[in-house]
Amino acid sequence: MTGVYAALPLWVVMTSLVAALAIFALGESRRHARVAVNLAAAVLKVVLVAILLVGVYLGHDFGFRVTLLPGIDFVLHADSLTILLSTLSALLWLVTTIYAIGYLEGSPHRCRFFGFFSLCVAATMGVAAAGNLFTFFLFYELLTLATWPLVVHRGSAEALRAGALYLRYTLGGGAVLLIGIVALHTFTGTTAFRAGGSIPPESASIAVLTIVFLLLFVGMAVKAAVVPLHAWLPQAMVAPAPVSALLHAVAVVKAGAFGIVRLVQDVFGHDLTAHLGMDHVVAVTAGITIVYGSMRALAADDLKQRLAWSTVSQVSYIGLGIGIGGPLALIGGLVHLVHQGLMKITLFFCAGNLAETHGIKKVSQMDGAGRRMPWTMTAFSLGALGMIGLPPLAGFITKWYLGTGGIETGQYWVVGVLIASTLLNAAYFLPILARAWINEAPADATVGEAPAMLLWPAIITALFAGGAGFLAGMPWSPLYWVEFIAELYL
Amino acid sequence: MTEPAVLFAWCATLLIFVPLLAALAVYLVPGRRFGGALCLLVALGLFVPLVLASHALADAGALHFAFGGHTAPLGIELFADGLALAMLWLTNVLLLAVHCYTNSWLRQAPAFRATEFRALVLLLWSGLNGLFLSADLFNLYVMLEIVTLTAVPLVVFSRGPVALAAAMRYLLFALAGSIFYLLGVALIYAETGLLALRTLSPEALMGPAAVTALAVMTAGLAMKAALFPVHAWLPKAHAVAPSPASALLSALVAKAGAYLLVRLWLGPFATIDSAILLQGLAAVGVAGILYGSLQALRQSRLKGVVAYSTVAQLGYFLLLLPLASLVAWQGVIYHALTHGLAKTAMFLAAGNLIRQAGSDQLDRLAGADRFLGGSLMAIALAGVSLAGLPPTGGFIGKWWLVAASLEAGQWWWALSIGAGGLLAAGYVFRVLRHAMQEPSEPTPVPDHERVTPTMIWVPVALALASIGLGFTGDLLAPWLAIGAPFADTGGTP
Repeated sequence: MTGVYAALPLWVVMTSLVAALAIFALGESRRHARVAVNLAAAVLKVVLVAILLVGVYLGHDFGFRVTLLPGIDFVLHADSLTILLSTLSALLWLVTTIYAIGYLEGSPHRCRFFGFFSLCVAATMGVAAAGNLFTFFLFYELLTLATWPLVVHRGSAEALRAGALYLRYTLGGGAVLLIGIVALHTFTGTTAFRAGGSIPPESASIAVLTIVFLLLFVGMAVKAAVVPLHAWLPQAMVAPAPVSALLHAVAVVKAGAFGIVRLVQDVFGHDLTAHLGMDHVVAVTAGITIVYGSMRALAADDLKQRLAWSTVSQVSYIGLGIGIGGPLALIGGLVHLVHQGLMKITLFFCAGNLAETHGIKKVSQMDGAGRRMPWTMTAFSLGALGMIGLPPLAGFITKWYLGTGGIETGQYWVVGVLIASTLLNAAYFLPILARAWINEAPADATVGEAPAMLLWPAIITALFAGGAGFLAGMPWSPLYWVEFIAELYL
Repeated sequence: MTEPAVLFAWCATLLIFVPLLAALAVYLVPGRRFGGALCLLVALGLFVPLVLASHALADAGALHFAFGGHTAPLGIELFADGLALAMLWLTNVLLLAVHCYTNSWLRQAPAFRATEFRALVLLLWSGLNGLFLSADLFNLYVMLEIVTLTAVPLVVFSRGPVALAAAMRYLLFALAGSIFYLLGVALIYAETGLLALRTLSPEALMGPAAVTALAVMTAGLAMKAALFPVHAWLPKAHAVAPSPASALLSALVAKAGAYLLVRLWLGPFATIDSAILLQGLAAVGVAGILYGSLQALRQSRLKGVVAYSTVAQLGYFLLLLPLASLVAWQGVIYHALTHGLAKTAMFLAAGNLIRQAGSDQLDRLAGADRFLGGSLMAIALAGVSLAGLPPTGGFIGKWWLVAASLEAGQWWWALSIGAGGLLAAGYVFRVLRHAMQEPSEPTPVPDHERVTPTMIWVPVALALASIGLGFTGDLLAPWLAIGAPFADTGGTP
């Protein structure tokens, strides 16, 4: 029994994997069975992750290990960082599954869609639970493969182009990452994740370690959409709304950002990273990405494209926090992993509702949207204000910790980046809210809310996002958990 | 019978002669049903000697056996190590799959000359097994000729001027290759009076005659293996041959030449270790990887893509020469196994596409998952394995090869392997992209009857097997290391 309990990370991954295979096996026509499998797997996963969460909090050891190659193991484990990503993914997957079932009602290829959708979540769970860089890479690449059919789901020329660009970036990044991992293993003999770093001292020269770090960083940065490796993300927004929500909030970009966290904190350790001078590389590229992404968002008229540029910008808050180092910045970066996920998924759900219900796809079409879809736009506003960082919403918590973290370590430029980013966030979100709530709707506009299966997920995630900010000081809030994580690294 | 060498000799004899006799039987006894049943029986039955031979090797390491007690240089010796064993297993598994597929495939093709086709495939099989078990230069030549002369006619079964022209070109290349190889053998025999690989002493092979011999043999084998830049016959012949034959040609026949090349360079000629020469050969291999992949990206037919992919994938064999370590050895063998399974799956699935859509033009794939679900899945899974993405056998092979490159300090090969993987992903996803495309106008769903469940399950099973290899690296590593020409450096460090 203890063995079964200790292998819980494996069961968490397998839940989605088995669901994916079952959905493929069911075929296109058996709709009810597919919905049942989808929801059952999503609920089961939330339950399993909840058990895992409590177990990790109580200090239980979780692990599963198989030797895959001589000297190289496939390792799944669960530490507090694992919980951060897997809880987020499990909760949001459940919500997104409901949303996707409603969204794709009556459209073709649903079997294919939901099969790869589940596979995608299995891969994300694997990324979260990987116990070494080798295992991480397996799931990281699986994630690429599982998301491609979702990105090109519509089969239009535009979707196929976006899919090709997506693959070029992510597989290219994957190849760089692979060489980096093999090099790490060859020169240091380990790829394990351990709080504070797993590379034995003096195992390789500074030059070799620097090259290896850069290879690994570039490999992760592609998925995290760090400038200049970000071009795929704004294009990939041609995917159906639930896919965009998933890509932007929990799966692909988060896998990249999570990888950067693991790389700096668990493989090299912050001390060695700083010794190599690589912490500045991480922080500065993140800072540039934050400002650049916001500026591009300003210019985008397509709503989903604006949100996508906003993701480019916001995900790098995580890298910024990791790069700055120090307890406060670390907390700010890690907590944004959750905060950005909750807020961005809300915004994408709402964008999907606007497009599906009233055909609103551009910012310039949003006049009076607040009166046409009051609930959807309330949720949207909550997400947008959170992104801007209005106190006491989630984005504010992040920015507060990052800013004080920057000051604490004497890196005052961080405050400048945060101010610039906040102003830009306001500049690209507030006009949307102004149009939606203040401007009059066009005379021929239809009025009406989205169907319940599309509306409720947006409201629920908006409440999560609001709660993460309002209740940040309560036990079991994301902030509370991140402080629990930070104790490990300090 | 407990003596491993004797057990091995029995097994080896069966592996070579059972397909040979079966070929005769198929040819002499009329009836398609009999031929199909016999082929399946042989394929299943030969697993017995294969398992026994594997156990013999596990007990005793690499084995030599001299027929009738006449040892080299007079007698004929048989030999097997981890590499040979891997190739024998691959051959048997693929032939079982291809025979299953062919039996189903033939039901819809009453005009196809099934008897001759099966007899030739059985002869080819015997030749391949013989090649993998032979241990002297002349026997290897004989086996190589059997393989060539049975492989070329398989192309012609497609009928028509295109097939004839492709087969002719193949024949010319293959015969030129044979002449070059035989010239090399003659030179060595004249110089040393020896033919058996293990008796050829490194000292005797240092003179100018031996170096010339190695050069001409390498050139000849490169032609047979369709290594870049003497690959020109392969894409045409493999693309035009009947699909089951294409599968065998790509997965096994081309590999036989590369196999022999590796045997020579790492066997008796291992003392020729001029860094420039070895690096140069590997560079030719990489050029082949890049060229084949780029050509595959430009093909408009599925079988053209798969055939050029073979030109690319064969290039990896040459990387073994400069890397020369156990890790690289395991990586190359693993690559060969995965490639064999994946390539066969792809060609058989392409055969289904031709059956259902009437041609293997890539644009016929639009909306194909309505009628081609299983076959498309086989193409996708096999393609992922070819591109070396995890968790597949291709990934394990790539990991080993990259690790070997970095361990040897030759990082440029690691970069080449990475680039090769990316290009492979490029041509694989280009095919899948066609399949994901929504058809511009609703095309009628083609005839389901023309593809039986067997014809779908065989490629799917092979593709799954090539992915399954991604989980057996630790299990198979010691088998591949049997008799490897490199000391065990303790696996990866």
